[in-house]
Amino acid sequence: MSAAQRAARLGRLERPALTGVLVREVINYSSYWRSATFSSTVEPTIYLLAFGFGFGSLVSKIGGYDYVQFVGTGTVATAVLFSSAFPSMFGTFVKYQFQRTYDAILAAPVDTEELVTAEALWMAARAGVYGCVPLLVALAFGLDPAWGMLVVPLVAFVSGFGWSCFGIAVAGYAKSIENFSYIVSAVLTPLFLVAGTFFPLDRLPRGAQVLGEINPLHHCVQLVRDAAFGFDPWIDLARVGGLVFFGLVVWRIAIHAMTRKLVD
Amino acid sequence: MGEPLAIRLRGVVKRYGPITAVNGLDLDVPEATCVGLLGPNGAGKSTTMRLLTAQAIADEGELEVLGFRLPEESKQARAQCGVAPQLDNLDVTLTVEQNLRVFAHLYRIERSERHDAIERALAIANLVERRDTRVDKLSGGMRRRLLIARALVHRPRLLLLDEPTVGLDPQVRQELWALIDALRAEGTTILMSTHYIEEAQRLADTVLIMSHGRAVAAGPPAELVAEHAGRQAVEIYGPPAKLAEVERSAQDEGFRTRRTGTSISVLGVDGADGRAPEGERRPANLEDVFVLLTGEEID
Repeated sequence: MSAAQRAARLGRLERPALTGVLVREVINYSSYWRSATFSSTVEPTIYLLAFGFGFGSLVSKIGGYDYVQFVGTGTVATAVLFSSAFPSMFGTFVKYQFQRTYDAILAAPVDTEELVTAEALWMAARAGVYGCVPLLVALAFGLDPAWGMLVVPLVAFVSGFGWSCFGIAVAGYAKSIENFSYIVSAVLTPLFLVAGTFFPLDRLPRGAQVLGEINPLHHCVQLVRDAAFGFDPWIDLARVGGLVFFGLVVWRIAIHAMTRKLVD
Repeated sequence: MGEPLAIRLRGVVKRYGPITAVNGLDLDVPEATCVGLLGPNGAGKSTTMRLLTAQAIADEGELEVLGFRLPEESKQARAQCGVAPQLDNLDVTLTVEQNLRVFAHLYRIERSERHDAIERALAIANLVERRDTRVDKLSGGMRRRLLIARALVHRPRLLLLDEPTVGLDPQVRQELWALIDALRAEGTTILMSTHYIEEAQRLADTVLIMSHGRAVAAGPPAELVAEHAGRQAVEIYGPPAKLAEVERSAQDEGFRTRRTGTSISVLGVDGADGRAPEGERRPANLEDVFVLLTGEEID
């Protein structure tokens, strides 16, 4: 083989490969966007309304905010979780196990690293959009608009990237789809509850507070809340750093998990 | 130095735990030929196919596809290969055209050429009229044609077909044979795995018979038959006891035999009129070679 051909050796994380996988998702999305949009927006909205008005009738203010506004900003993280971790867990499993879609994609000039990255970017983009829905509902219920809210899609995107990778990794390591219930019950549900979405963490026992501080969902909640009510620059920058770190770590784990699964 | 090789494997070994799926395989696929990988289930055909796209990584041996070393340079090789897998993995909720469009992107076809590439693939699959039909509304034969057309959308230099007609009606199978034969006539290099002997005999320039992960014979079908089974065979029917007796006496005379379930075939009887048992004479065929070389017992 000539030197020129060697030089043309294809690299890692190439844009055409990522685009190819994303195009597949976008075209597929045209056939199921209704159900995806429904579950990713209606569910957090129900949480918002149920807690906001149910609890809101008992507790009028938390930390100086109306309870509806407290929950309205908090459930952005819920929407992110529901539109990233859950669909990526189930979607990934279905695509490699039942539809064998990933076998078809990896037979094309796409590597596992590119496949996982593109899938996570796609879910993150969805989370970035769906994550804003609770905020819009809260605005309709009297939350004051703020310029800071413009960063909410970005926060939702970065968070969503991490949780999508988390879902892909779970699907990669799981032996069967039934194993998902361990992750949902033992990991996602506690993190979902100890995120400061529905109640502040500062009155909780020390252990729960520590769990909250290492919970990426909690930092997403706090960033959105600060976007609506005012930033605390250094602390919020640290939270962004935490989310980016979480995203990068689970991204590599997801790639490892799927490589093990897809390449014998 | 012979003709350039599209695929060159030397001493390839692939183990799954205690099982050795491919066990020292040598395989040559010259450009512009159709090579049939023939073998019983479990012979290592599908594993070999996965090795060629680096979806399985060999434990030992050398692999080259279109001049690229695997697994390091597999991505370049894959860019110029088309793969039609044994198990249909089309996107069933998408239309025929959407499926082709996705792969036009995955195979990096330039925007200006994408439309023509999709039209050409639709024509190959004979699905122009069905372009807007969802895949889950297609018949089994149409889906298989689409699967092959999807692998051809970027005009690959090499086409890998894993059991292209498994599970299809004879009519549909013939239709696919016509399609594969047309591709071969155009000069596309094809590696096709199959366990249908007739398929290999009709389509392949060269057949490689695999058993227990290695090549047990390779050559043009007619030469393999002549070499291993002779020109003529005698087929003897009768009750099991009689068949066992015929088998024993034929073997004592030095003939090779094989069971077909309802009869015994005594092989290589050309020019042995006196010694050969009485029965129906027929030309020896690839199936005789296949059974002789891969064994009569099912593991």
